[in-house]
Amino acid sequence: MNWLSDEAISRLRSAGAEPDLAGTRYRPIERIASGGMGSVYVAEDATLGRRVAIKILDVPDSTGDLAARLQREARILASLEHPGIVPVHDAGTLADGRVFYAMKFVEGERLDHFSEREVTLPGRLRIFQRICDTVAFAHTRGVLHRDLKPENIMTGPFGEVLVMDWGVAKILRGNRISTPAEPPHQPSRDDTGTLAAASSRTPPKTAHGAVLGTPGYMAPEQARGDVEHLDERADIYSLGAILQFLVAASARDMQTAPPALAAIARKAMDSDPAGRYTSASELGQDTARYLDGLPVLAYPENAFQKIARWAARYRSAIVLVLTYLVVRTLLIFWSRR
Amino acid sequence: MKEDTRIGGPSGKFPATRWSAVLAARSDDPQERSRALAAILEAYWKPIYKYLRIRWNKSNEDAKDLTQEFLAQLIEKDYLSDFDPAKARLRTFLRVCVDHFVANQSKAASRLKRGGDALHVALDFAGAEAEFVRARSPLTVGASAESFDEFLEKEFVRNLFTLAVADLRVFCEARSKLCHFQLFERYDLDDAGLTRPRYAELAQEFGIAVTDVTNHLAFARREFRRIALERLHEMTCSEAEFRREARALLGVEST
Repeated sequence: MNWLSDEAISRLRSAGAEPDLAGTRYRPIERIASGGMGSVYVAEDATLGRRVAIKILDVPDSTGDLAARLQREARILASLEHPGIVPVHDAGTLADGRVFYAMKFVEGERLDHFSEREVTLPGRLRIFQRICDTVAFAHTRGVLHRDLKPENIMTGPFGEVLVMDWGVAKILRGNRISTPAEPPHQPSRDDTGTLAAASSRTPPKTAHGAVLGTPGYMAPEQARGDVEHLDERADIYSLGAILQFLVAASARDMQTAPPALAAIARKAMDSDPAGRYTSASELGQDTARYLDGLPVLAYPENAFQKIARWAARYRSAIVLVLTYLVVRTLLIFWSRR
Repeated sequence: MKEDTRIGGPSGKFPATRWSAVLAARSDDPQERSRALAAILEAYWKPIYKYLRIRWNKSNEDAKDLTQEFLAQLIEKDYLSDFDPAKARLRTFLRVCVDHFVANQSKAASRLKRGGDALHVALDFAGAEAEFVRARSPLTVGASAESFDEFLEKEFVRNLFTLAVADLRVFCEARSKLCHFQLFERYDLDDAGLTRPRYAELAQEFGIAVTDVTNHLAFARREFRRIALERLHEMTCSEAEFRREARALLGVEST
């Protein structure tokens, strides 16, 4: 075999790129996404007869840093048991040396695609509240996501809202997530042990000055690479940007968005972290207040605005009362004739 | 198979050693430098020959002479010392060097025939020419620089995979696993027939169980990946570049 045809090269590329799942319970079906360091495949779990998503490191990693990062991501996900966070089923090292973890296969669409459809503003805001709830939960477990954006949110056909891609998450001090500390595991050909058995090195810390995140959704302090001082408020900034995205997609642009909602997004995205909401829950609750027709923290109202909001909130009751009064007046007028 | 530069080790893991031929080509140690240049020439001489044939419309004989002369100058004039991986990929750098070289050669009234003796790599020009004719690239002399970059990229990958396949054969033979290689050759490389053979057919053909076909193919592919990445690693200067190139080589693009 001296000459390789284009078809043979294409097959070799596929053979080299596809994960070697031999010896595992998984059978690859197709690659559905590729990111900075890994690809996600849909696979069949032959033991349980269900589909799973498998994230696999697909770039060479002679330093072991990327493998440690992927393993760390799996551990973070495993520690965050919440309906808004995709559950991890399994993790380990493939026979070809690539680190992987298997998780629930989420059939749905990304928030950015979802929002292109005709969805009412209240519908969008309810999704946003679910995102806030999930992020607030992660914060209580001492985990910052650091890359919140519509592309990393999945919406399911039955109302599920899942926050995905915790690959650049930061673990805050005092969290309860265990970190592996054993030397790198050297699996044999057939070794497909679990993560506990295949645990590797101490996860790499993000160096001060390193910028991880997505422009447009990244807090200013995060964009500056001020890693040491990042806290929950960096995620709150990103949530504000997501709210802005959802509202702008509904109202066509932020200029025509309801002022109270625009104010919520502005407060969440304050360039000074001290000016933002103190927690994701608080942001979610302020959004809920808007949905309920209540005054929001971010938007001090004048008397006219209070009346307008009050009227909007009790519109049905006001219409009924007014109708009653008009009919009553007409009846009185008619009886006196 | 160069055991001292094995990337993945016997169980097919990612690179443990980080030998870069591109960096070693600048070494003060003559032996190290010679070994590095040989690795680079082995990876690039054929793409360069084909590039000369198609981009500069050179005849078989002229392309052969120019390839040898260019490679000799690459060594003598130490072209690689000017290569900055932050500015361009090695392939692009070499293409520009070849273009300058040919342009200068064309200006000269007569060409000095030389160079073959300085090279320590066997250059099978007859084989390269046969491949060139067989591939029948649709490119013409007037095509854009990007098209020629793509052509060079494609031929680099073809050559790298060809070398990796040859390495894989040696690797399998040394471990009495020739059957593994032959299955790989039959299933992944062979273009005869319109459809890929089924595992059951291969099992019958090789007189082994279907599960053995699966396992043997998995082994061969795993080793092929490791060897190809090892060869690619030699052609890169940094871990970041290696990762980028590896993803491009395997056709894994971010989505």
